[in-house]
Amino acid sequence: MKKNGAQILVDSLLHEGVRVIFGYPGGVILPLTDVLYDTPIDFILVRHEQGAAHAADGYARSTGKVGVCLATSGPGATNLVTGLATAHMDSIPMVAITGQVKTSLIGNDAFQESDVTGITRPITKHNYLVKDISELAKTVKEAFHIASTGRPGPVVIDLPVDVQMQEMEFDYPDKVSLRSYIPTLNPRPGHVRKAAKLIEKSKRPVIYAGGGVIISGAHDQLLELAFKIKAPVTTTLMGLGAFPENNELSLGMLGMHGTAYANHSIMESDLIIAVGARFDDRVTGRLDKFAPEAKVIHIDIDPTAISKNIKVDVPIVCDAKIGLEELNKIVKKPNTKEWLKKVNDWKKKYPLTYKTGKKISPQYVVEQIYKVTNGDAIICTEVGQNQMWAAQYYTYTKPRTWISSGGLGTMGYGLPAAIGAKIGRPDKIVFDIAGDGSIQMNIQELATAVANKINVKIAILNNGYLGMVRQWQELFYDKRYASTLITGPDFVKLAEAYGAVGMRVKNLKDVAKTIKEAIAIPNVVIMDFIVEEEANVFPMVPAGEAINQMIGALA
Amino acid sequence: MKHTIYALVENKPGVLARISGLFSARGFNIESLAVGETHDPTMSRMTMIVDAKDEKILEQIKKQLNKLIDVVSVGDLTKKKFIERELVLIKINVAKTSKQKLNEMLSKFSVRILSCEKSTAIIEATETKERTSLLLETLRKLGIKELVRTGRIAIAE
Repeated sequence: MKKNGAQILVDSLLHEGVRVIFGYPGGVILPLTDVLYDTPIDFILVRHEQGAAHAADGYARSTGKVGVCLATSGPGATNLVTGLATAHMDSIPMVAITGQVKTSLIGNDAFQESDVTGITRPITKHNYLVKDISELAKTVKEAFHIASTGRPGPVVIDLPVDVQMQEMEFDYPDKVSLRSYIPTLNPRPGHVRKAAKLIEKSKRPVIYAGGGVIISGAHDQLLELAFKIKAPVTTTLMGLGAFPENNELSLGMLGMHGTAYANHSIMESDLIIAVGARFDDRVTGRLDKFAPEAKVIHIDIDPTAISKNIKVDVPIVCDAKIGLEELNKIVKKPNTKEWLKKVNDWKKKYPLTYKTGKKISPQYVVEQIYKVTNGDAIICTEVGQNQMWAAQYYTYTKPRTWISSGGLGTMGYGLPAAIGAKIGRPDKIVFDIAGDGSIQMNIQELATAVANKINVKIAILNNGYLGMVRQWQELFYDKRYASTLITGPDFVKLAEAYGAVGMRVKNLKDVAKTIKEAIAIPNVVIMDFIVEEEANVFPMVPAGEAINQMIGALA
Repeated sequence: MKHTIYALVENKPGVLARISGLFSARGFNIESLAVGETHDPTMSRMTMIVDAKDEKILEQIKKQLNKLIDVVSVGDLTKKKFIERELVLIKINVAKTSKQKLNEMLSKFSVRILSCEKSTAIIEATETKERTSLLLETLRKLGIKELVRTGRIAIAE
């Protein structure tokens, strides 16, 4: 039977197992949204296309499946851009479908036309402009394959309106063959043996795990390696949840706002075993001072990540899970007894602490969310101080429970991402830990959450500032708070206006109680925690310093 | 140091933009770029001459090229034995030169005179980079009116 392009696209999505699309309709995507009207695919109508991209991203991070978003041409597509860049930086599998003006008008400055493949080229893993209906099914197959394999990432399919209406026989390919794209899954045995030898000889090894561990589902293998070689484990921001932070071998997060003991351990180690991490500048600090005595083993599926910033002694290009399995088969335990003692001394000497006063400390709110949820919630965040406190003071023990814009640092990410995460994991309590600045960037998605009964819980750490920038101004700009004092609406009334529930918390004793109540309410809830205005995120490594040069490590 | 690298790529729209974007996003200049179909019409070959300050940057360029979905393979000819050529078309002033003298001047180069009229001659040259420079130096004495180069292409021996 002949089908039109819109039907072919939708059937292809069904073949790929897509059950939810986050999107916003428009002129040239009408044929597609019309077909979607009659399918089992849930169409979550967002209030801004950026929300659609972040929601698809949050869905992907919480489930490991490919998130799908949809927008019309021109402004619809350009509104996806920040979401695509966010997903690209954090290696998130996503397919974005954009409508395009009809093929005969492309390049004519037509109404709502933009060069979507041109605009999104550097911020996607790949993109397609489908000008021929015979290419459509194959393109969808390829897009999902590319998005979800290797180092995952977003893929854009730009689909002109006339192609949506052309007709042809539908036949979904069952295989992809791309001669130019074959990710390396299996490690070279010689390299694994070399790594095992280095580990066996090491005296001060540290495992440094990133988001790649979560993407490849290698957390069990990571745990096995750590136990086997008795090495401490630190994770990146993206790697939170890759290793249980309540385990005695855990050092928590490293880097600019990492724990002092993680940073000291890395700096004094003689062997760094990097797994699915990319030695980002927020992790390494000053490069020429980074871990001067350490040899480096680097397991990563992306060859470009190897020796990009830090010279690697043993590169192992492979899937993290397979690589760790192979390593675990042959690795022998080094003697790390003294090293672990030293690491534990650092832990005792430099614990993560914060100041308490009359007002609510923002860190305390995060700790209470952890306690009330038993660490079983999915925590999404915005970007800035809220994000760092959420990273530091909630104890992550399972993968895919931490959802945050790491690489791009996108304010306004948390709420739409939480919506996507809750749809992906309806069984979970989903929090968006937010600042009063960030939450205002995509606040319109409250309507999406309320309308679809996506009962996310928003905890605003309200300090009246763009706190992270204010912190930098306090420390490095002579307390000149240029453009960082920010006002917002009455968040309780705002919540009510949207049909959600708002709760304001000013007293320490009400924090835990409010969190419990909010979870129990079968609705979207905003908790507006009025917190200490000038609390800082410590420890902190000033930009350009070595990561053991921390401010406030003993706060 | 100058490097001669090549990429076999899918013969599709947008591939050139992906590759040039990869260079421009990192602030690298491509000294010379030549693209053409290979014996397999589904594939094109690009030859690029790039100036990389250190090996690390070059390694990144090659890896990043390889990472592009439409790039089938990437090679570096710099340290291998390879043959390199560039086609150059030169329009020169011959108003004050006889054809015989012109022939003499060009005798040691691999060139053809494509047209020669009263005041203007067009010359085609296929040479290495060094020999092309030498040729241009010689012709400058007469006066170069216009110069077109294809960019260098290279093949391993």
